[in-house]
Amino acid sequence: MSDHDHRHDPSEPAIRAEALEALLVEQGLLDPSTVDEVIARYAERVGPLNGARAVARAWVDPAYRERLLADGTAAAAELGITGGPGGQMEKLVVVENTEAVHNVVVCTLCSCYPWAMLGLPPRWYKDPAYRSRIVREPRAVLAEFGLTLDPATSVRVWDSSAEIRYLVLPQRPAGSDDLDEAALAALVDREAMIGVARVPAPASTP
Amino acid sequence: MDGIHDLGGREGFGPVTREADEPTFHERWEAAVFAMMFAATRAGATGNADRFRHAIERIDPRAYLDHGYYGRWLGGIETLLVEAGLLDRAALDARARERGAGADDLVAARPAPVPDRPAPPGDESSRRPLAAPARFEVGDPVRTTRHGHSGHTRLPAYARGCRGTVTAVHGGWVYPDENAHRGGGPARALYTVAFAARELFGPDADPAAEVRLDLFEPYLEAP
Repeated sequence: MSDHDHRHDPSEPAIRAEALEALLVEQGLLDPSTVDEVIARYAERVGPLNGARAVARAWVDPAYRERLLADGTAAAAELGITGGPGGQMEKLVVVENTEAVHNVVVCTLCSCYPWAMLGLPPRWYKDPAYRSRIVREPRAVLAEFGLTLDPATSVRVWDSSAEIRYLVLPQRPAGSDDLDEAALAALVDREAMIGVARVPAPASTP
Repeated sequence: MDGIHDLGGREGFGPVTREADEPTFHERWEAAVFAMMFAATRAGATGNADRFRHAIERIDPRAYLDHGYYGRWLGGIETLLVEAGLLDRAALDARARERGAGADDLVAARPAPVPDRPAPPGDESSRRPLAAPARFEVGDPVRTTRHGHSGHTRLPAYARGCRGTVTAVHGGWVYPDENAHRGGGPARALYTVAFAARELFGPDADPAAEVRLDLFEPYLEAP
């Protein structure tokens, strides 16, 4: 579509949200500045970096890896990562990808997600296509993400149906032996920790 | 409830659509919905997280699919605010029309005439001590119940009446099926149960795939 002056009409929920916001402000139930606080908190302060820090630590520290897989909540707390209100971290379970088993996470009933580790989920995670299909045809959905699994690798789909939240510990990429923990963390994106991507090998230095 | 939200295993939704460099919020109103959820909770309208989820499950199913994640939250918040007596539905409709809403626009909210009003939880934790030991152990074969119920539940339809194996026992937790409606209730044991994809979806399913679900003891019986 070409650029032009016509603004896209506001959607039905956008109109109702703005109407409700105005009413709640008038009723004294909502301070409008909290909207800016929400944007700042979730867009800037919370993101997938927490999860990436835990993954990178597990790759460089075998004892930490053991603790992370045994008790994800406690191991995250070692790095200063706790749920807090709305953090969805009552119990964190970390599951490890290997050559034999590939793990992938979904919430078919809702959109449960380890906010404290990964920030807010991307739209595709909350949409019906992913939620309906990943449990039924995981290999096909992963292939759409560009992740083709070896036929000998079994797939384990975690449908987070209660209060437990799941994080995937991806496989450390080849060619990353020389990287320090911070450089490793920079390689790890949220897709790898949901289980729909591998962590890419580091770009070779010239 | 057999609602539109219970999407696992449904067919026909097509490819997963991804967006490069996706922002946390696409439009300001999405963040406003987030802030309004906190405001509704502070005002005592939400009750507890299970009731909020059930409010989302009860919205107009067409809106559930059409209005996106924050549109679903909005429908749930409207429902709960009306049920709490904090929002006049007619006033909201009028305000939306002033802002350009059409007469045929979908209204997601579905407030109940006699709503459940469970008290909010006293603390953030959902863990509770069990009155009796958990019935199953790791390795036990189990079968899920054949039928759901019309309230909030965490047993997805695709996994009803299926055989699986307990892979973890997580102790006692608040039972969402009761907490959403009456609040509290006795703790129930929570398990992770592994199901072969073929058990869930038939002989054409991936022979090397399994699904693991966290299921409360009332959903499970000995096979």
